[in-house]
Amino acid sequence: MQRISVWRSARIIWLLATLLFLLAPVVITVFGSFSARWGRTPWEAFTLEWYGYVFRTYGQAIRVSLLVGACTVVITTLIGIPAGYALARYRFWGRALLEDALLLPLTLPGLALGLAIVQTYVILRGQLLLLIIGHVVFTLPYMVQMVTASLRTGNVLRLEAAAASLGANWFQRFFLVTLPSIRNTVVAAGLAVATLSLGEFNLSYFLYSPLAMPLPVGMYEAYASLRIEIGSAFTTLFVALLLPLLLVGQLLGRTRATSST
Amino acid sequence: MNRLRLLGQKHVRVQFSTAAALLAPLLLVLLAMLFIPLVVLAAMGLRGADGALTLDNYLAVLVNPRYRNGLLTSIGLASAVTTATLVASTTLAYTVVRDQPPATALIRALLTFPLSFPGIVVGFMTIILFGRTGALPALTQQLVGVPLLQIAYTLPGLFVAYLYFEIPRITLALAEAIEQVDARYEAAARTLGARPVQVFVLVLLPLLRSALISSSALAFATSMGAFGTAYTLAQRITILPIQIYDAYTVSFEFELASAMAVVLGLITMVALGVYRAAVGSAYQQQEQ
Repeated sequence: MQRISVWRSARIIWLLATLLFLLAPVVITVFGSFSARWGRTPWEAFTLEWYGYVFRTYGQAIRVSLLVGACTVVITTLIGIPAGYALARYRFWGRALLEDALLLPLTLPGLALGLAIVQTYVILRGQLLLLIIGHVVFTLPYMVQMVTASLRTGNVLRLEAAAASLGANWFQRFFLVTLPSIRNTVVAAGLAVATLSLGEFNLSYFLYSPLAMPLPVGMYEAYASLRIEIGSAFTTLFVALLLPLLLVGQLLGRTRATSST
Repeated sequence: MNRLRLLGQKHVRVQFSTAAALLAPLLLVLLAMLFIPLVVLAAMGLRGADGALTLDNYLAVLVNPRYRNGLLTSIGLASAVTTATLVASTTLAYTVVRDQPPATALIRALLTFPLSFPGIVVGFMTIILFGRTGALPALTQQLVGVPLLQIAYTLPGLFVAYLYFEIPRITLALAEAIEQVDARYEAAARTLGARPVQVFVLVLLPLLRSALISSSALAFATSMGAFGTAYTLAQRITILPIQIYDAYTVSFEFELASAMAVVLGLITMVALGVYRAAVGSAYQQQEQ
């Protein structure tokens, strides 16, 4: 028994070391963003100078991304709910094929997709519309999959059957029974879509217009300037923007917005 | 359930048109932003400098030493990252699920958190740890007097950066798989006298086979295609995604860039096929 508990302790230390590897740089980033000099703690030399710089230089980029993210969430929801409903409730030719096709944007490197889109729609290059539709195709699979999975649970099926047996027609069932019962899933999926859109770099880097640079591209610029304090302030701001989305998403259910690398 | 089936039969004729109407916007987006662009990309790769049809660009990726080197470095890096991730994540997932560490929910939430970081942020985290003014060089400066581990902008740095995004996602995927395994199998093996290592290797790992395969495919595909991380850290290292970007924006070889992007896309598609097959067999196992 002694040996087993030693191994267990070793494994838990290994787990904690991994968490340290993942989270220590985040903590250092946050500290660094408030410090006047890199390597000092904020309480030794506190400053908001780096945040001022980020807001002055990249405020527009943050606004662009909030707009693109909001549009992406609305479009993805409007397209994703009916599509998810059709996939969950109807049998039709090519359904399995369509579900496989929905996996494509999830695994296809954003670089390859970005290159493909930008060379297909040369005329639209630099239009905000292209960036938004690019984000829509990249995030739609999440929305559709989550809606489909939620609609396939027995609970929603039973409620719909009960409503139908009481004489509710298709529209009444859809709007008064189905939609309210998947509301939490839709909100969680919407938050995941917003998270992905705000952080999407690989695709955006090919589709953005220099006049309307999105947040991640601005963040990359800050990194490339090699001013680690400014990069830290921008990263902290970005994480602060994501955190409420992630927290509410966690509360609503086990959803995971896995950003593209 | 019978009532549901009746309901379905009643509507069977209108089903197809209703489904088509509900799916039309999705199909339109997929067609316009996925299928047509991918066909255009593949066709661009078939164009020679003079506009004629040629296989030269695709051949260049495999034959030209420079591009072949980039492809092989990418495959080598992705393989190394996949192997290391699998070893690390299997033990981590086991600890999360079976060892009942304190504050399990918090640990899971903390593992989920870095998943939302885009590749460029992962690159920046690597700079924070291993850059010129990074935490580990600063620490070794304090301890031994010389800054060590300034590896952020090298191939080993890229390896560590890729682990940063692979370990949480694969650990969580494997943790879900371990939760599906009935703990009584392991308990039975222990009762029969198996040592902990034997239980892990001979009982648990075989039961996790399809999850391990699908996780490997997922890790390999994401590592192959990772651009943001590499672009932040390794603009001088010749890996496939960086070469694609350079060919497109620096040397304006659109056709070559397209061909390389198609090759990259095909490699991730193969990995996706493996993933689908493994997940499919996992479902079958569960149903049995």
